Amino acid sequence: MNFSDLLEKAFNFQDYGLLLPLVTNSLIAGAALGIVGGLIGIFIMMRDMAFAVHGIAELSFAGAAFALLIGADVVTGSVFGSMIAALILGILGTRARDRNSITGVLMPFGLGLGILFLSLYEGRSANKFGLLTGQIVAVDDVQLNGMLLLSAVVVIALLLVWRPLTFASVDPVVANARGVRTSGLSIVFMMILALAVAVTIQVVGALLVLALLITPAAAAMRVTSNPVTTVVLSIVFAELAVVGGILLALAGSLPISPYVTTISFLIYVICRGIEAVRSPRRHQV
Amino acid sequence: MTQTPIVKFEDARLAFGSRVLWEQLDLSIAAGEFLAVLGPNGSGKTSFINTMLGTTALNHGRVSIAGEPVRRGSAAVGLIPQQRPFGDNVPLRARDLVALGVDGAKPGIRMARRAVRNKVDELLELVGASGYANRAVSDLSGGEQQRLRAAQALASDPRVLLCDEPLLSLDLNHQQAISEVIHRQAVERGSAVVFVTHEINPILPYVDRVLYLAEGRFHLGSVDEVMQSSVLTELYGAPVAVLRVNGRIVVVSGDGTRALPADGHDHIEDIELETGK
Ligand SMILES: Nc1ncnc2c1ncn2[C@@H]1O[C@H](COP(=O)(O)OP(=O)(O)O)[C@@H](O)[C@H]1O
Ligand SMILES: [Mg+2]
Repeated sequence: MNFSDLLEKAFNFQDYGLLLPLVTNSLIAGAALGIVGGLIGIFIMMRDMAFAVHGIAELSFAGAAFALLIGADVVTGSVFGSMIAALILGILGTRARDRNSITGVLMPFGLGLGILFLSLYEGRSANKFGLLTGQIVAVDDVQLNGMLLLSAVVVIALLLVWRPLTFASVDPVVANARGVRTSGLSIVFMMILALAVAVTIQVVGALLVLALLITPAAAAMRVTSNPVTTVVLSIVFAELAVVGGILLALAGSLPISPYVTTISFLIYVICRGIEAVRSPRRHQV
Repeated sequence: MTQTPIVKFEDARLAFGSRVLWEQLDLSIAAGEFLAVLGPNGSGKTSFINTMLGTTALNHGRVSIAGEPVRRGSAAVGLIPQQRPFGDNVPLRARDLVALGVDGAKPGIRMARRAVRNKVDELLELVGASGYANRAVSDLSGGEQQRLRAAQALASDPRVLLCDEPLLSLDLNHQQAISEVIHRQAVERGSAVVFVTHEINPILPYVDRVLYLAEGRFHLGSVDEVMQSSVLTELYGAPVAVLRVNGRIVVVSGDGTRALPADGHDHIEDIELETGK
């Protein structure tokens, strides 16, 4: 394939108007996901848990693959998988170093289980691949409702614990002394995170969750330290990546994920650039 | 003094397993009193503070704050912890960090923005941090961050201010500024101060009494009573000399090679070797 073929595959707006109505559900799901990713990413960054998110995603994938195999609902399967991973990490991995090694142990185990279930599965192979690298081409109404419900639970739960969770995340010693239940909150956070990962997997797949759960928040933090602005930018960046990615994917015959991850990455690079221009001294090291 | 003491330990004992950190501790700290707590690493200084925060329970005896049993999260207690730098994954400005000291334990998101803002401005002024109120926490120096922690701790106008080596690894200028803020809280607001430190000299002008912990024992008294060769030699169970040089107190181990507790940043484990522990 030469370069113009690739361009043709990636961007082809000929039947755009006809295709758009087909992805309405995907767009709604994507928009909800943008809010989820933008919000929870801030806490994942503050708590330094990027690696743990990856680990949860692999077990979530195993859960989804198992559901596919036994003909159960895939979203439910991934919720189960990520809940189990989050509980293990929340209970055993209270210290960052423990958490990293437990994640390192869980991740290949989850991935291996998932691959086992998928190789036993005899249905459409597109479904198989989709769990790892993203699908969301056709979200039916039932799936959409499930995803919206999960997203709403995540957002509401985050708002309910926002302030003490921020305190516990940036300064656990003082927060604990001030009466914040830091260990209870970290379990609660792991549960919220598990739900967020389970929704995200439906859109971008287990391997690419970080593009929506980390990158937007990480990018926002490069350009602002005002907490309100951070929230707004993080959500905007996540929406640009997801919704923008779905709309662009429509114009080509490639899956959605590369569009989403590329937009997300570009936003991050631009934010780092802005930061470097603004405060060159910090980057001389 | 006839008033009820702010902090009162009665026959208190703290041990982890078979290791006794201190026992038979009877101690009353009055309003406005400044107590310095000294001792080598691992002697139980942080644990002593934790018993007043209500995060560590005594094995025996009682501790009360302003006549009430200790309760975690009590507004009567403020904590300035050891300086640990904030990383650049903290999306907060100086004022947002202080605001967490005001209402950070409450659930939900902040509604009373105006009231909290005014309170935060006041606290920033108090610790001399107004100049960088809107800068990112991660861009501030260790000393500047530590002033913010002091502001957080003062948010509830606590009856007792617990300071756990708050000056560690700060430059002289910030050391003085922070000790002064803490001293002012004692003098002007009548708070009791418990100040854990490796280095008594920066706070020497303010100290009313010294609690020296070592080897599972303690000694309590005025600076002159405690900071004596004979007292510390007995506490450490090994020869220790206390010297006064130009108004500073220098404590060295018997052979004169090592300062005790080590000045500033060093760890102190080697003392334990030396005393044959
Ligand atoms: N929760 C705990 N469980 C068991 N041992 C502890 C606990 N907290 C502190 N210790 C031990 O108690 C001793 C005193 O610790 P700490 O109070 O931190 O000393 P300091 O602050 O004087 O260096 C140390 O040996 C420490 O390991
Ligand atoms: Mg300590």
